[in-house]
Amino acid sequence: MRALSRRDALTLGVGTAAALAAPGRSRAASNGAEVEIAKFTGGKTAEPGRIAIDLPEIAENGTAVPLAVTVESPMTAADHVAEVLVIADANPMPRIATFHFTALSGRAEAATRIRLAATENVIVVARTNDGRFYTARKEVKVTIGGCGG
Amino acid sequence: MAERPRLKVPKEAKKGEVIEIKTLISHAMESGLRKDDSGTLVPRKIINRFTCEFNGKAVFACDLEPGMAANPYFQFTVKVEESGTFRFSWTDDDGTVVTADEAITVT
Repeated sequence: MRALSRRDALTLGVGTAAALAAPGRSRAASNGAEVEIAKFTGGKTAEPGRIAIDLPEIAENGTAVPLAVTVESPMTAADHVAEVLVIADANPMPRIATFHFTALSGRAEAATRIRLAATENVIVVARTNDGRFYTARKEVKVTIGGCGG
Repeated sequence: MAERPRLKVPKEAKKGEVIEIKTLISHAMESGLRKDDSGTLVPRKIINRFTCEFNGKAVFACDLEPGMAANPYFQFTVKVEESGTFRFSWTDDDGTVVTADEAITVT
Protein backbone atom coordinates (compact mmCIF):
# COMPACT_ATOMS: atom_id res chain seq x y z
CA MET A 1 0.00 0.00 0.00
CA ARG A 2 1.49 3.30 -1.06
CA ALA A 3 1.58 6.35 1.17
CA LEU A 4 -1.37 8.72 1.04
CA SER A 5 -0.72 11.35 -1.59
CA ARG A 6 -1.64 14.99 -1.23
CA ARG A 7 -4.50 14.48 -3.71
CA ASP A 8 -5.83 11.48 -1.80
CA ALA A 9 -5.67 13.41 1.43
CA LEU A 10 -7.62 16.28 -0.12
CA THR A 11 -10.26 13.95 -1.63
CA LEU A 12 -10.60 12.22 1.69
CA GLY A 13 -11.06 15.59 3.39
CA VAL A 14 -13.74 16.70 0.96
CA GLY A 15 -15.54 13.35 1.19
CA THR A 16 -15.59 13.44 4.96
CA ALA A 17 -16.83 17.02 4.95
CA ALA A 18 -19.62 16.10 2.51
CA ALA A 19 -20.59 13.08 4.60
CA LEU A 20 -20.78 15.25 7.70
CA ALA A 21 -22.77 17.92 5.92
CA ALA A 22 -25.41 15.48 4.71
CA PRO A 23 -25.99 12.94 7.46
CA GLY A 24 -28.12 9.95 6.56
CA ARG A 25 -28.12 10.75 2.88
CA SER A 26 -26.45 8.16 0.76
CA ARG A 27 -25.06 9.14 -2.62
CA ALA A 28 -26.15 5.67 -3.76
CA ALA A 29 -29.86 6.31 -3.35
CA SER A 30 -30.23 8.14 -6.65
CA ASN A 31 -29.81 5.44 -9.28
CA GLY A 32 -32.30 2.86 -7.99
CA ALA A 33 -29.72 0.30 -6.82
CA GLU A 34 -31.70 -0.44 -3.64
CA VAL A 35 -34.88 -0.98 -5.69
CA GLU A 36 -33.13 -3.47 -7.98
CA ILE A 37 -31.74 -5.35 -4.99
CA ALA A 38 -35.17 -5.46 -3.33
CA LYS A 39 -36.68 -6.79 -6.58
CA PHE A 40 -34.03 -9.53 -6.66
CA THR A 41 -34.46 -10.57 -3.02
CA GLY A 42 -38.23 -10.14 -2.99
CA GLY A 43 -37.80 -7.79 -0.04
CA LYS A 44 -35.82 -10.31 2.07
CA THR A 45 -32.69 -9.12 3.83
CA ALA A 46 -29.46 -10.42 2.35
CA GLU A 47 -26.98 -11.60 4.95
CA PRO A 48 -23.48 -10.12 4.57
CA GLY A 49 -20.75 -12.64 3.82
CA ARG A 50 -19.86 -15.80 1.85
CA ILE A 51 -19.00 -13.68 -1.20
CA ALA A 52 -15.55 -12.67 -2.38
CA ILE A 53 -15.42 -9.79 -4.86
CA ASP A 54 -12.22 -9.33 -6.80
CA LEU A 55 -12.00 -5.82 -8.24
CA PRO A 56 -9.15 -3.34 -8.55
CA GLU A 57 -8.89 -0.69 -5.81
CA ILE A 58 -8.42 1.92 -8.50
CA ALA A 59 -9.62 1.64 -12.11
CA GLU A 60 -7.89 4.17 -14.34
CA ASN A 61 -10.40 3.45 -17.09
CA GLY A 62 -13.99 2.61 -16.23
CA THR A 63 -14.82 1.14 -19.65
CA ALA A 64 -13.54 -2.36 -18.83
CA VAL A 65 -12.97 -3.13 -15.16
CA PRO A 66 -12.14 -6.78 -14.42
CA LEU A 67 -14.56 -8.32 -11.92
CA ALA A 68 -14.46 -11.78 -10.37
CA VAL A 69 -17.06 -13.08 -7.95
CA THR A 70 -16.82 -16.23 -5.82
CA VAL A 71 -19.58 -17.45 -3.53
CA GLU A 72 -18.93 -20.12 -0.89
CA SER A 73 -21.26 -23.04 -1.61
CA PRO A 74 -21.12 -26.84 -1.83
CA MET A 75 -22.72 -26.52 -5.30
CA THR A 76 -24.67 -29.78 -5.03
CA ALA A 77 -28.12 -30.37 -6.53
CA ALA A 78 -29.61 -29.90 -3.03
CA ASP A 79 -27.59 -26.84 -2.04
CA HIS A 80 -26.15 -24.47 -4.62
CA VAL A 81 -25.98 -20.83 -5.58
CA ALA A 82 -28.55 -20.26 -8.32
CA GLU A 83 -28.24 -16.56 -9.15
CA VAL A 84 -25.77 -13.76 -8.54
CA LEU A 85 -26.78 -10.14 -9.16
CA VAL A 86 -24.12 -7.49 -9.81
CA ILE A 87 -25.06 -3.86 -9.09
CA ALA A 88 -23.15 -0.58 -9.37
CA ASP A 89 -24.59 2.11 -7.10
CA ALA A 90 -23.60 5.16 -9.18
CA ASN A 91 -23.93 3.90 -12.77
CA PRO A 92 -26.74 5.43 -14.88
CA MET A 93 -28.37 1.99 -14.71
CA PRO A 94 -27.66 0.05 -11.52
CA ARG A 95 -27.93 -3.50 -12.87
CA ILE A 96 -24.81 -4.79 -14.61
CA ALA A 97 -25.33 -8.53 -14.87
CA THR A 98 -27.07 -11.55 -13.40
CA PHE A 99 -25.12 -14.81 -13.39
CA HIS A 100 -27.06 -18.07 -13.36
CA PHE A 101 -25.33 -21.10 -11.87
CA THR A 102 -26.36 -24.76 -11.59
CA ALA A 103 -25.09 -27.78 -9.67
CA LEU A 104 -23.12 -28.55 -12.86
CA SER A 105 -21.14 -25.34 -12.35
CA GLY A 106 -18.95 -27.08 -9.78
CA ARG A 107 -18.02 -23.75 -8.20
CA ALA A 108 -20.06 -20.56 -7.85
CA GLU A 109 -17.50 -18.33 -9.48
CA ALA A 110 -17.43 -16.17 -12.57
CA ALA A 111 -15.29 -13.41 -14.01
CA THR A 112 -16.09 -10.72 -16.57
CA ARG A 113 -15.42 -7.05 -17.34
CA ILE A 114 -17.78 -4.25 -16.38
CA ARG A 115 -18.31 -0.53 -16.98
CA LEU A 116 -18.13 1.87 -14.05
CA ALA A 117 -19.22 5.48 -14.48
CA ALA A 118 -17.54 6.93 -11.41
CA THR A 119 -16.02 6.03 -8.08
CA GLU A 120 -18.72 3.81 -6.65
CA ASN A 121 -19.66 0.60 -4.86
CA VAL A 122 -20.11 -2.68 -6.66
CA ILE A 123 -22.72 -4.68 -4.78
CA VAL A 124 -23.12 -8.42 -5.27
CA VAL A 125 -26.18 -10.34 -4.08
CA ALA A 126 -26.35 -14.14 -4.29
CA ARG A 127 -29.46 -16.32 -4.12
CA THR A 128 -29.22 -20.00 -3.21
CA ASN A 129 -31.58 -22.57 -4.73
CA ASP A 130 -33.49 -22.71 -1.41
CA GLY A 131 -33.99 -18.95 -1.22
CA ARG A 132 -31.22 -17.68 1.07
CA PHE A 133 -29.56 -14.39 0.15
CA TYR A 134 -26.01 -13.22 0.77
CA THR A 135 -24.39 -9.92 -0.11
CA ALA A 136 -21.05 -8.14 -0.27
CA ARG A 137 -19.80 -4.84 -1.66
CA LYS A 138 -16.56 -3.27 -2.74
CA GLU A 139 -15.69 0.30 -3.64
CA VAL A 140 -13.70 1.05 -6.79
CA LYS A 141 -12.08 4.41 -7.40
CA VAL A 142 -12.58 5.29 -11.07
CA THR A 143 -10.36 7.86 -12.78
CA ILE A 144 -12.12 8.00 -16.18
CA GLY A 145 -15.77 6.92 -16.27
CA GLY A 146 -16.90 4.25 -18.71
CA CYS A 147 -20.50 5.02 -19.58
CA GLY A 148 -20.16 7.50 -22.45
CA GLY A 149 -21.43 11.05 -22.27
CA MET B 1 -21.42 -10.02 -34.96
CA ALA B 2 -19.75 -11.63 -37.92
CA GLU B 3 -16.63 -12.58 -36.02
CA ARG B 4 -16.25 -16.02 -34.48
CA PRO B 5 -16.29 -16.04 -30.70
CA ARG B 6 -13.07 -17.08 -29.00
CA LEU B 7 -13.28 -20.09 -26.68
CA LYS B 8 -10.88 -21.71 -24.27
CA VAL B 9 -12.14 -25.15 -23.27
CA PRO B 10 -9.91 -28.05 -22.22
CA LYS B 11 -9.95 -30.95 -24.72
CA GLU B 12 -9.73 -33.58 -21.96
CA ALA B 13 -10.63 -33.88 -18.29
CA LYS B 14 -10.97 -36.46 -15.53
CA LYS B 15 -14.44 -37.56 -14.40
CA GLY B 16 -15.69 -35.22 -11.69
CA GLU B 17 -13.08 -32.57 -12.44
CA VAL B 18 -14.05 -28.89 -12.27
CA ILE B 19 -12.75 -27.30 -15.45
CA GLU B 20 -12.40 -23.63 -16.33
CA ILE B 21 -13.91 -22.12 -19.48
CA LYS B 22 -13.17 -18.73 -21.01
CA THR B 23 -15.20 -17.08 -23.77
CA LEU B 24 -14.91 -13.79 -25.61
CA ILE B 25 -17.02 -12.32 -28.39
CA SER B 26 -16.44 -9.10 -30.33
CA HIS B 27 -19.31 -6.69 -29.78
CA ALA B 28 -19.48 -2.91 -29.24
CA MET B 29 -22.13 -3.30 -26.48
CA GLU B 30 -23.66 0.06 -27.39
CA SER B 31 -25.16 1.18 -24.07
CA GLY B 32 -27.85 3.50 -25.44
CA LEU B 33 -26.40 6.32 -23.32
CA ARG B 34 -23.59 7.41 -25.61
CA LYS B 35 -23.90 10.34 -27.99
CA ASP B 36 -22.22 10.38 -31.40
CA ASP B 37 -20.22 13.35 -32.76
CA SER B 38 -23.42 15.16 -33.84
CA GLY B 39 -24.86 14.85 -30.34
CA THR B 40 -27.49 12.24 -31.22
CA LEU B 41 -28.03 9.38 -28.80
CA VAL B 42 -26.74 6.12 -30.27
CA PRO B 43 -29.49 3.49 -29.80
CA ARG B 44 -28.86 0.62 -27.42
CA LYS B 45 -27.55 -2.57 -29.02
CA ILE B 46 -25.99 -5.12 -26.71
CA ILE B 47 -25.71 -8.85 -26.25
CA ASN B 48 -28.34 -9.38 -23.58
CA ARG B 49 -27.86 -13.08 -22.83
CA PHE B 50 -25.05 -15.60 -22.79
CA THR B 51 -25.63 -19.30 -22.13
CA CYS B 52 -23.51 -22.41 -21.79
CA GLU B 53 -25.07 -25.88 -22.04
CA PHE B 54 -23.38 -29.26 -21.72
CA ASN B 55 -25.03 -32.18 -23.52
CA GLY B 56 -28.24 -30.14 -23.64
CA LYS B 57 -28.28 -29.28 -19.92
CA ALA B 58 -27.95 -25.69 -18.68
CA VAL B 59 -24.64 -25.10 -16.91
CA PHE B 60 -24.09 -21.35 -16.75
CA ALA B 61 -25.85 -18.27 -18.10
CA CYS B 62 -25.68 -14.53 -17.76
CA ASP B 63 -28.17 -11.73 -18.35
CA LEU B 64 -26.16 -8.76 -19.56
CA GLU B 65 -27.02 -5.08 -19.10
CA PRO B 66 -25.48 -1.99 -20.73
CA GLY B 67 -23.07 -1.88 -17.77
CA MET B 68 -21.14 -4.79 -19.26
CA ALA B 69 -17.92 -3.87 -21.06
CA ALA B 70 -17.54 -4.12 -24.85
CA ASN B 71 -16.44 -7.52 -26.19
CA PRO B 72 -18.10 -9.47 -23.38
CA TYR B 73 -15.74 -11.86 -21.66
CA PHE B 74 -16.71 -14.68 -19.32
CA GLN B 75 -14.74 -17.05 -17.20
CA PHE B 76 -16.61 -19.75 -15.30
CA THR B 77 -16.33 -23.38 -14.19
CA VAL B 78 -18.06 -26.64 -15.07
CA LYS B 79 -18.00 -29.98 -13.27
CA VAL B 80 -17.74 -32.67 -15.94
CA GLU B 81 -18.91 -36.24 -15.32
CA GLU B 82 -19.06 -37.50 -18.93
CA SER B 83 -17.71 -36.79 -22.40
CA GLY B 84 -19.79 -34.48 -24.50
CA THR B 85 -20.26 -31.15 -26.19
CA PHE B 86 -20.54 -27.66 -24.85
CA ARG B 87 -22.85 -25.28 -26.67
CA PHE B 88 -22.35 -21.57 -26.14
CA SER B 89 -24.81 -18.94 -27.32
CA TRP B 90 -24.88 -15.14 -27.42
CA THR B 91 -28.18 -13.32 -28.04
CA ASP B 92 -28.13 -9.80 -29.50
CA ASP B 93 -30.81 -7.13 -28.88
CA ASP B 94 -31.67 -7.43 -32.60
CA GLY B 95 -32.55 -11.11 -32.13
CA THR B 96 -29.42 -12.53 -33.73
CA VAL B 97 -28.04 -15.57 -31.93
CA VAL B 98 -24.45 -16.68 -32.38
CA THR B 99 -23.63 -20.23 -31.27
CA ALA B 100 -20.42 -22.20 -30.95
CA ASP B 101 -19.74 -25.82 -29.95
CA GLU B 102 -16.74 -27.41 -28.28
CA ALA B 103 -16.25 -31.09 -27.46
CA ILE B 104 -14.52 -32.55 -24.40
CA THR B 105 -13.34 -36.10 -23.66
CA VAL B 106 -13.82 -37.14 -20.04
CA THR B 107 -12.02 -40.23 -18.74
